[in-house]
Amino acid sequence: MKFLVFIETDSGAVVPSSWEALGKALSLSDDVEAVVIGENVGAVAEEAGSRGAKTVYLVEDASRSLFDLDLYVADVKAALETSAADAFLASHTGNGRDLAAAIGVDLGAGVIADALELWVDGDRLAGTRPVYSGNILVDVTVDGSPQIATLRPRAASPAEATGANANVVTLSPAAAESRVVVEKVERAETGEVSLTDASIIVSGGRGVAKDPELGFKLIRELADVLGAAVGASRAAVDAGFIEYKHQVGQTGKVVRPDLYIACGISGAVQHLAGMGSSKVIVAINKDPEAPIFSVANYGIVGDLFEIVPALKKAAEAKLSK
Amino acid sequence: MRYLVCIKQTPDTAELPKVKPEEAASGELSIQQVVNPWDEHAIEAALQMAENFGGLASVISVGGEKAIEALRSALAMGCKDATLVENADADAWGVAALLAGAVNHMGDVNVVVTGQMTVDGNSGMVPVAVARKLDWPVLTGVAKVLNVSEDAVEVERVVGQARHTVKVKPPVVLSVIKEIGEPRYPTFINIRKAARVKIPVLSADDLGVTVPPPVVHLSNFRKPPARDAHVQLFDGPADEAAGALIDALLAEKVL
Ligand SMILES: Cc1cc2nc3c(=O)[nH]c(=O)nc-3n(C[C@H](O)[C@H](O)[C@H](O)COP(=O)(O)OP(=O)(O)OC[C@H]3O[C@@H](n4cnc5c(N)ncnc54)[C@H](O)[C@@H]3O)c2cc1C
Ligand SMILES: Nc1ncnc2c1ncn2[C@@H]1O[C@H](COP(=O)(O)O)[C@@H](O)[C@H]1O
Repeated sequence: MKFLVFIETDSGAVVPSSWEALGKALSLSDDVEAVVIGENVGAVAEEAGSRGAKTVYLVEDASRSLFDLDLYVADVKAALETSAADAFLASHTGNGRDLAAAIGVDLGAGVIADALELWVDGDRLAGTRPVYSGNILVDVTVDGSPQIATLRPRAASPAEATGANANVVTLSPAAAESRVVVEKVERAETGEVSLTDASIIVSGGRGVAKDPELGFKLIRELADVLGAAVGASRAAVDAGFIEYKHQVGQTGKVVRPDLYIACGISGAVQHLAGMGSSKVIVAINKDPEAPIFSVANYGIVGDLFEIVPALKKAAEAKLSK
Repeated sequence: MRYLVCIKQTPDTAELPKVKPEEAASGELSIQQVVNPWDEHAIEAALQMAENFGGLASVISVGGEKAIEALRSALAMGCKDATLVENADADAWGVAALLAGAVNHMGDVNVVVTGQMTVDGNSGMVPVAVARKLDWPVLTGVAKVLNVSEDAVEVERVVGQARHTVKVKPPVVLSVIKEIGEPRYPTFINIRKAARVKIPVLSADDLGVTVPPPVVHLSNFRKPPARDAHVQLFDGPADEAAGALIDALLAEKVL
């Protein structure tokens, strides 16, 4: 089965979970190509080649500097035609999801959306995905050509650099009209780890309430020492302790880090819907009966205002060794 | 301006863990069903746009007879009219075809508003599919509506780690996130009015839509493997407990 993998970029920089989609395709097939669209993304195309894509289709144009659904769909369709790939794979980021949906519905092809696992069964792609917010797993196959899937971030290992030389094929931008005018772009602070890509997350909940500012300051400091992203429960977000973009759960982000440290979070089912598939869960909570302890691997019963700084100190001492 | 909010009736999130694989497979759930929580934000967004920029908000759902309850909740929040479209064994593209068909049938919709995803299906692909079927532009991740007029819809949207301010010419599909605003509570008068409204039920035939055959096939519904429920607690003075925990995490190789 021949794969075409979408390598997402954002203003010239690669979106890291794209390498996971490439890695997954390479684990399923030795016939894997990639498509890179953007402005000044030649280096990303070279990197896709060195990470194992046999041929990389490159579309470079100022109009492609930011993801634009109409333009990107047209470019990917052109790449699919040139490549004659049997399958199309993207990471299930917001843009990856939108792109796969548009291509799928335009071509009458189904999408294995937000897959945790993918495999090839003869000439069909198959996958496992969560439904009912992670409470049920289901196997999925799709009709149509190409076979399309989006892979949940952190569900596969990224493709490794092999040092191979890229065969980069430049395609001219497809003829399509953008319908969206971008007037302003505000970026996150540099160095901020994205929750969905993070391998470690330190989260805070209503347990910080007696001094929310100090509570999240302590949580951020621990996160910085661990190279972690900062998460939050909805209660903390709704109380205005921290911005919505940090919310983990049912109506926030779904994450799957190696390590999730929940500080002052009770462990409501809606919170678990967002972080329940973390590899290792740590709970810091003063209430030994809190439901979070029934899903946690490790825990400390105590006041987060004491425990979190102690963890920071211990991590600083032990990680520097 | 006419805003059309697309809502789905989905399980109460508190009860989602109780869904059994057989129920997920058949779609016949024994648990309480309510308006999909993301769609409550979509309703709120449409009501705000109608208030701030003029026009009225309508609501639509593709689903079974019971979805009428969800539509009544939307009317109680302030939507002016509601439509139920019978679900003809449609998958995501089928639902999108029905929703797009309904938009064409209504004829005067300027903005379709959706939630980010459903808590049962979880795909988040319906909004884009509706837009493609209509050949309208779509903006996902909409966090704030800045302006709506006949000529332009201007919004702030979250794209990955960034926030974009963008402008499109309507008609347009907007898929909103929670930041758009907390869903308002229904008023007593609206609840009473909503209870009396006769909600039309339309079929694919009524809309002149041929529902595409499903292209997504699901099998082997199952519960995910249970987490190892045993928790190892560290006690003693904070420094000692913290040190022991960090050691355990280093041994697990997650630090
Ligand atoms: C439709 C819907 C969607 C939802 N979506 C989400 C979502 O996306 N994400 C989400 O998180 N929730 C969501 N919720 C809300 C969820 O049900 C809970 O209300 C919420 O997760 C509770 O947050 P919390 O654990 O921070 O607060 P609480 O439940 O109040 O728990 C606070 C915890 O902190 C502990 N604590 C207090 N003080 C300290 C201290 N000094 N040191 C240590 N521990 C302390 C307490 O023992 C307690 O366990 C949703 C609910 C609904 C109905
Ligand atoms: N059956 C349906 N009827 C009406 N709207 C729907 C339906 N299914 C999905 N939607 C809309 O599409 C959004 C995304 O759903 P989904 O793509 O299924 O995760 C939801 O938040 C709704 O706004």
